[in-house]
Amino acid sequence: MADVKFSKEHEWITIDGDTGTVGITPYAQEQLGDVVYVELPETGKEFDKDAEVAVVESVKAASEIYTPVAGEIVAANGDLEDNPGTINSDPLAAGWIFKIKLSDPSQLDGLLDEAAYNDYIGDLD
Amino acid sequence: MDRPKTETLSGNQGLRIEEPLIFEQDAPGRCGVDLPETDLADNRLGGVERQDPVGLPGLSEPQVVRHFTRLSQKNYGIDSGFYPLGSCTMKHNPRLNEKMARLQGLGDLHPLQPESTVQGALEMIDTLAHWLKELTGMPAVAMSPAAGAHGELCGIMAIRAALEDRGDPRSRVLVPESAHGTNPATAAACGYSIDSIPADDRGRVDLEAFKSMLGDDVAAIMLTNPNTCGLFENDIIEIADAVHDAGAFFYCDGANFNAIVGRVRPGDLGVDCMHLNLHKTFSTPHGGGGPGSGPTVLSEPLAPFAPLPFVVHGKNGFHLVETIDDPIGGSAKSFGRMKGFHGQMGMFIRSLAYILSHGADGLRQVSGDAVLNANYLLAELSDDLTASFPGPCMHEALFDDRFLKGTGVSTLDFAKAMIDEGFHPMTMYFPLVVSGALLMEPTETESKDALDQYIAVVKGLAAKAKSGNDGPFHEAPVLTPRQRLDETAAARNPVLRWTPPVEEAAE
Repeated sequence: MADVKFSKEHEWITIDGDTGTVGITPYAQEQLGDVVYVELPETGKEFDKDAEVAVVESVKAASEIYTPVAGEIVAANGDLEDNPGTINSDPLAAGWIFKIKLSDPSQLDGLLDEAAYNDYIGDLD
Repeated sequence: MDRPKTETLSGNQGLRIEEPLIFEQDAPGRCGVDLPETDLADNRLGGVERQDPVGLPGLSEPQVVRHFTRLSQKNYGIDSGFYPLGSCTMKHNPRLNEKMARLQGLGDLHPLQPESTVQGALEMIDTLAHWLKELTGMPAVAMSPAAGAHGELCGIMAIRAALEDRGDPRSRVLVPESAHGTNPATAAACGYSIDSIPADDRGRVDLEAFKSMLGDDVAAIMLTNPNTCGLFENDIIEIADAVHDAGAFFYCDGANFNAIVGRVRPGDLGVDCMHLNLHKTFSTPHGGGGPGSGPTVLSEPLAPFAPLPFVVHGKNGFHLVETIDDPIGGSAKSFGRMKGFHGQMGMFIRSLAYILSHGADGLRQVSGDAVLNANYLLAELSDDLTASFPGPCMHEALFDDRFLKGTGVSTLDFAKAMIDEGFHPMTMYFPLVVSGALLMEPTETESKDALDQYIAVVKGLAAKAKSGNDGPFHEAPVLTPRQRLDETAAARNPVLRWTPPVEEAAE
């Protein structure tokens, strides 16, 4: 998990070439409770950093998912439409939400590394 | 999970009847009335007649009466007990209101009757409108919106119409993060993008952050006051001034007007429009008990854009303006009609009965007692639960789940345990600005005895949770017709329709 970065909005992103894969953190899925519906972004759409790109709805509330970096959506995890619970059971791998082609890789520098993120959520409790 | 507490031959638990669905009681051909044989030779439907059976179950009248009576006995409403659902104002509905709504001269009216025969009804709408304008300090009111969110739609459509009329269409609406979900939904439905205003550590709008978000593309702010944390937004005048300086309008969500009715007039605070939930503040039935009603008061700049229809004083009595070019009082700028007929007439009658029986001084006492009761809960429970913000609060008391930390009990478990104790749970997980919210609104119609019973139960459950005995919380409720429901399965795979059993369908 060395090359994973985190946002304060509880998204994670891993990088492969110029493409990032984004999902929500175990802490976020724990706070949300059982996820019952996921609204995915359309591929080909472009978003600014921190724009709302998806919605995750749990038994408690609907929560927006923000993209931690700007770019173009190149894939969305269609499996989540039938199995939204994957976000709860495997948030860091099979529960990924979208892939985005980064328009400005330097934005990654502003994100948290794993240790900093763990400190951040430690302070939230 | 649906195991009977005691085995019985019938499956019933004493007088708690295990009632099948009405479709499961179908006896084909059985009917409550004798219908004459139809003469199909006279069929003049030209081939478009229904080919399949209607699919209505066959039951006799007593079966139908028993079915719905039994279902009603499973219900829990404000008439059965304390209902502290925050942000919903579940207060007692005085029976006088019901009596008035059923008066023959009102209950039997038809909305298409000639105007000359319904002068009394139009006068009632006009009188209620007068009271709503007086209580809010606003010059105009649109009576037709059918409920709170419909009133929001009315307000934002009026704002949009006013902005377009001055050639200044704008694109953004600002909504505090603690808002009711209907606020951003309304703005989005009207084509605006929504920006969320952060809260400060007092649970109120972060004034500096708010001001930095204002600009000449902002159409409106939608602010609830008191807000959904049960707190008065005490910077509201400064907020209103900033909104107006930016050329925007101030929408106030009036869902919590019960906390300030008779004491604060939103018009004096700089509000441009606000819906009133007659079904909350003015005690008309809601939940499953009746339609809502959301008249929306409007400021001078918005009044010309009010929706049709509205009542005016004509030469020959009261007149209902139904078209923009009506020679008596038509308004070419009206944004149009948003509901069939005149609005929720039955609710107008009930709320006018409520207002007239209380009078101005009585309404002032309503808000005072509502706030007193909420503060009593806040004070009595603050040692056992964790209050999210320091008091005093307004009409509702907000707690969060910090007191449950490490107990293994969640807000959901706690709410379910309230059901076994015979109480309707408080609102949970709303507002979203605190973790695991428990929002309680006692309203002014509860006695101190009722509040003390409730307080004792909440304190007892909090002690039980903290004692390490979390097991029963996860099972709760166990004393209900259905026990802990699988909310996740219900949301992921909702079964919304009854379908006939397979062997019958194959016939």
